[in-house]
Amino acid sequence: MASKILVALMTVLAGVGVALATYWLLNKLAELFPDKLEARAKPYLYILPAYLAITVYLLYPAVQTIIDSFRDEASQNWVGLENYTELLSSSDFRATMFNTLLWILIVPAATVALGLAVATLADRLKPRAENTVKTILFLPMAISLVGASVVWNFIYEVRPAGQPQVGLQNALIGVFGIDPIAWLEQSQLHFNSLLLMLVLVWAQVGFSMVLLSAAVKGVPGDTLEAARIDGANEKQIFFQVIVPQIKGTIITVYVTVIIGVMKIFDIVYVMTNGNFNTNVVANAFWNQLSTFFNNGAASAIVVLLMIAVIPVMIYQVRQFKEQEANA
Amino acid sequence: MTDTMATPATATPTARARRKAGSFDPNPAKAGLATKLVLLLICLLWIVPVFGTFVTSFRSVTDAESSGWWTVFIDPSTLGNLTLDNYRAAITGDIEMGNAFINTLAITLPATFIPILVAAFAAYAFTFMEFWGRDVLFLVIVSLLIVPNYVALVPMLKIYGNLEMNGTFPAAWLAHIGFGMPLAIYILRNYMATLPKTVIESAKIDGASHFQTFYKLVLPMSVPALASFAIFQFLWVWNDLLVALTFIGPGENEPITVAATELTGQLGQGWNLVTAGAFFSMIVPILVFLALQRFFVRGLTAGAVKG
Repeated sequence: MASKILVALMTVLAGVGVALATYWLLNKLAELFPDKLEARAKPYLYILPAYLAITVYLLYPAVQTIIDSFRDEASQNWVGLENYTELLSSSDFRATMFNTLLWILIVPAATVALGLAVATLADRLKPRAENTVKTILFLPMAISLVGASVVWNFIYEVRPAGQPQVGLQNALIGVFGIDPIAWLEQSQLHFNSLLLMLVLVWAQVGFSMVLLSAAVKGVPGDTLEAARIDGANEKQIFFQVIVPQIKGTIITVYVTVIIGVMKIFDIVYVMTNGNFNTNVVANAFWNQLSTFFNNGAASAIVVLLMIAVIPVMIYQVRQFKEQEANA
Repeated sequence: MTDTMATPATATPTARARRKAGSFDPNPAKAGLATKLVLLLICLLWIVPVFGTFVTSFRSVTDAESSGWWTVFIDPSTLGNLTLDNYRAAITGDIEMGNAFINTLAITLPATFIPILVAAFAAYAFTFMEFWGRDVLFLVIVSLLIVPNYVALVPMLKIYGNLEMNGTFPAAWLAHIGFGMPLAIYILRNYMATLPKTVIESAKIDGASHFQTFYKLVLPMSVPALASFAIFQFLWVWNDLLVALTFIGPGENEPITVAATELTGQLGQGWNLVTAGAFFSMIVPILVFLALQRFFVRGLTAGAVKG
């Protein structure tokens, strides 16, 4: 056991050492070139190791995944569009895509709305109380989604009627004489999916609140004052003065949460493993890869995910260019 | 993203300063009773689930399986039954959480510290050097920020299989280094762009090489950004499930998230043990978070877009 830690620490030292030595060598190498060439080559040598890592772990695999998505389960023979047509014609996968769409529609909106509500309300507290509220809501950000899933599994726990309920939710409805409910099996109107989404909202609201709170506090006081002098009420001030001024941050948070939601895996994997009609694409991908050993279908799912991400990516790049132009 | 990066997200100090500076309060809205009640309710909803898990992790099997954790407060006679046995059982039991804890440390430390220097050099080049293709190369990094790391799993699994690397720590280290690289470069480059250009230029006039400027000036000045990324990456790797499941999987080298998942999935495990295991897996991230909250927030503001 201790040896593992030792290996880890030595790897850190060796890794940092090797990195330093590499750059020192690359730098020396550049200095061997004639001056003009040196100045030209150096930037490329500086970004070379980073780009190597990105190429091996992101660029090359992206291309390979696209290729694999047109091949069979062992990536041996070409099968054309078969992986896609099979996926898209399977009612299971269509239900999975619909669930994921629900996650995308509900979770980011709920996270932004709740985060903004708490940020605005907590802004009216005394600074110490405000900080306490913020820390409490932010704490789940540190916890793994596996941990959060265990915490909420325990809340949703069900025991047969008549036995003492150890899950909080069933104990609470028991107080009102309602029979215990197997919460995560209630798929009518996707109620169980909503319960899973609650876990992610619970885990992420802190992030949205912290960013939005900073934005709310950045709203110039004189705009609020002017609105008050003009006789605006609190509701008008919030929707017509504050919200328009923090629109940029709202969009940033919204986009950020969307990206996370598209890839949501841990919660579904731990809490239901996609049963009871709660499956999402990331978990479907994992099942194809680890249960059915179907590389073709798994790759096709990833390609669909990549296509879904493209609009966000374009938005992100455009946003970045705009900022650079303004800087 | 830069608008949120430029305003450090813990805005309370600035807000306080703003309010003190003004001769009158520009935002006279104060919390009424309703506001306070709503916030209290929300806080309870956030803290009670974790608290219940925490309490259950100290209860005996019989207690945990026969009554809710709140019984401890209703019936204080059960207080005497509280025990540390669950932690002992979780750490040294069938699914050795203790061993998994060590594994997670062994995976997380190199995966956190190695990418920093590599990214810093690249960020320096992107910020302070002129070269052909610079903007395009950086835009590639910006767009890679949100490429889901799922793309790498199938192809890398095959490559690792050929190299017989599946199940080993380096498999996870290298993967996390690769996945974390765009974010690291992005955070560091955005931060370096705000450093005073005059300082760097005067170093150049004094005859300092790029290597010296980087090492003696830019790197020390970038410590806040380095820390933000380090904390973000640390928590991300510590809490990661997918990469660990794919490249390491259950067994001798499994990290703590995989072990906690197994513990939950095993039928017939008492909640006392499951909660103890889960809590054990959360201790380090919670401590890191509480100690370094401010840096964490800054990393998050820039980094939550990570793919």
